[in-house]
Amino acid sequence: MLHIKNLKAGVDGKEILKGINLEVKPGEVHAIMGPNGSGKSTLSAVLAGNGRFTVTDGEATFNGKNLLEMAPEDRAREGLFLSFQYPVEIPGVSMVNFMKTAVNEHRKYQGLEPMSAGDFLKMLRDKKQVVEIDDRLTSRSVNEGFSGGEKKKNEIFQMAMLEPKLSILDETDSGLDIDALRIVANGVNKLKNANNATIVITHYQRLLDYIVPDVVHILYNGLIVKTGGKELALELEAKGYDWIKEAVKV
Amino acid sequence: MSESIDSNTMKYKLINLYQQNRASILEGLPENMNRYRDAAIRDFDRMGIPEKGEEKYKYTDLMWAFGKTYGYAFKAHTINVDSSTLFQCAVPDLDTHTLILENGWFYERNNEHAALPKEIVACSIREASVTHAELFAKHYNQQAQEHPESVSVFNTAFAQDGMFLYIPDGFVMGKPIQIINLLRGNNPLLVNQRNLIVAGKNSQAKVIVCDHTLSHQNFLSNTVTEVFVDEQAVFDYYNIQNQHNQSSQVASLYIYQKKGSNTLTNTLTLHGGFVRNNVFVKLAEEHAEAHVYGLSLIDGKQHVDNYTFIDHAVPNCLSNEMYKNILDDDATGAFNGRILVRKDAQKTRAYQSNKNICLTPTARFFTKPQLEIYADDVKCSHGATVGQINEEAQFYLQSRGIGGREARMMLMYAFAYEVIRNIRVPVLVERYGELVERRLRGELSRCEGCFVHCN
Ligand SMILES: Nc1ncnc2c1ncn2[C@@H]1O[C@H](COP(=O)(O)OP(=O)(O)OP(=O)(O)O)[C@@H](O)[C@H]1O
Ligand SMILES: [Mg+2]
Repeated sequence: MLHIKNLKAGVDGKEILKGINLEVKPGEVHAIMGPNGSGKSTLSAVLAGNGRFTVTDGEATFNGKNLLEMAPEDRAREGLFLSFQYPVEIPGVSMVNFMKTAVNEHRKYQGLEPMSAGDFLKMLRDKKQVVEIDDRLTSRSVNEGFSGGEKKKNEIFQMAMLEPKLSILDETDSGLDIDALRIVANGVNKLKNANNATIVITHYQRLLDYIVPDVVHILYNGLIVKTGGKELALELEAKGYDWIKEAVKV
Repeated sequence: MSESIDSNTMKYKLINLYQQNRASILEGLPENMNRYRDAAIRDFDRMGIPEKGEEKYKYTDLMWAFGKTYGYAFKAHTINVDSSTLFQCAVPDLDTHTLILENGWFYERNNEHAALPKEIVACSIREASVTHAELFAKHYNQQAQEHPESVSVFNTAFAQDGMFLYIPDGFVMGKPIQIINLLRGNNPLLVNQRNLIVAGKNSQAKVIVCDHTLSHQNFLSNTVTEVFVDEQAVFDYYNIQNQHNQSSQVASLYIYQKKGSNTLTNTLTLHGGFVRNNVFVKLAEEHAEAHVYGLSLIDGKQHVDNYTFIDHAVPNCLSNEMYKNILDDDATGAFNGRILVRKDAQKTRAYQSNKNICLTPTARFFTKPQLEIYADDVKCSHGATVGQINEEAQFYLQSRGIGGREARMMLMYAFAYEVIRNIRVPVLVERYGELVERRLRGELSRCEGCFVHCN
């Protein structure tokens, strides 16, 4: 589904990703862990097409298509979804209008007619239940005045609406209380099937207790320095990152 | 286009025009209106046409508007077409009492179908100066005189006609009154329209003023509107400016507020080559509230300049001001918001915000807040920004599959909506929204799509 080969990227001439290799197949859950500033968010931003970062080398294909040549909206329409570490507040754009536009742009891309208002509202109600999001929130402007946790829930709500093939969840667990964490993780699990895949970026094992990864990667200083099974996350939880940093130095 | 004539020469041409035509300017009009003219032309002589760079015209060259050759009409021409049959409201659910003025003249014949309540006086200002002589004399030119502006005194000297509106004490208008100003003709024309509105004690009324051009001549409309808002009255004034992009518009709006009155003004500029709006609000008695809004969406070589002056003369008043501009292509704009809180105007609350988006590097905006606060127990705030579309927000929308162009549209609309949502006529909020969206999409031609259908 996703093939990344020797991907290098940076901002303002500063290299952040120094040659990432990663392969994700349908049905898989990958976890990416790694210390602050190692490049996890940069990797997800580059994959989603944020123009602030410049790709200097390497390639990335998504279902056989060259991801790096596509506009961000086309990546989304192809089925890529990024749950932002810091979702953006957009005053004046209502959640409903935002989602209606997004859903219909996806449909247009697939050659489908826009959804009727009735169908759309029904879908909205159904998907709200996935993450138990408050009606209050969907009637407001996008993320405006949402609490940290509400913003994260809202990301997963959008994911439910758009039914992506590949979801990248960038620290979706941070800022969530224990109940919200469970709700959000259950939501993600409900959306999972054999044809889609998830990349979970997190610092904590507690999320991986719910969303169990098939593969765990450690990203450090712009490189994936170690890959293993779910036990790697437990090992990190117990030992921290120092042993990784030491190993890399050698 | 613009002839190379300097403002001083132009001033003498205009004064000469007055002197040559003084008899016909005065003819048929009562002393009530005429008695201000000679003094006004002397003031005009003294003030001249302000040059670009002068205090109130830092970024605006009035000669773009005044430096052209125009015709003048000192007499109503006989009309043989009923304007109300030419122009119909394109928006069925905008249910208003509609009045039409043509080239600044109020023709009875155009306005037989307005179906106004009998309590309301809506007529030509010429007529009102005779039939409502006392009311007229009490208010005419009183505010304009307090703020002697070059463009206003010029209007006072030449004004022939315009709209008079009187809402008597205690009268609450059900529907808004829509005033459609049409400019048309086969020759360039300078129009000095003069309006007077008196909102009586405890009255409530909403007025929607639509400015249009129906032919492609160079027009300059130099309008002065004085509004007197009596105690506890609630008065709304919405101005939709949609003239063609070779035309010039200078609109001076004066509002005088008595105790406990509440006003809202909203100026929406969609098209027009050169637009200068002056809004003067005097909060003359306590517990008065003024909400002053403006929005312009301009492109090409359009220029829009909004000047506002809020005078907090007494304690316990509120003013709330928000102006926003979106500029594309080579458009330029300016905002100058002066707020004066006089020495005794304690407990004043005065808020001002001016936010602007320049979509291209060649679009330019200049903003200048001007707060003069002489009272100590006040709450005042002001903020001004000139920026671009928020790229992070745009990326966020795009990352959900929304196209780049559409994402920008949504963000611009959201930006504009902050002004639109304050409109106090619910159906007008929707109509404004549609107009703004079509204007942003570049789908709105000058006349079409507005409240009138232009043939
Ligand atoms: N726009 C930017 N301009 C300059 N430097 C940047 C920019 N974005 C990221 N960086 C730098 O790139 C490095 C990687 O940042 P990134 O946000 O990808 O880290 P991360 O692994 O997601 O960290 P965290 O766990 O704290 O979220 C950091 O040193 C960061 O300061
Ligand atoms: Mg991060």
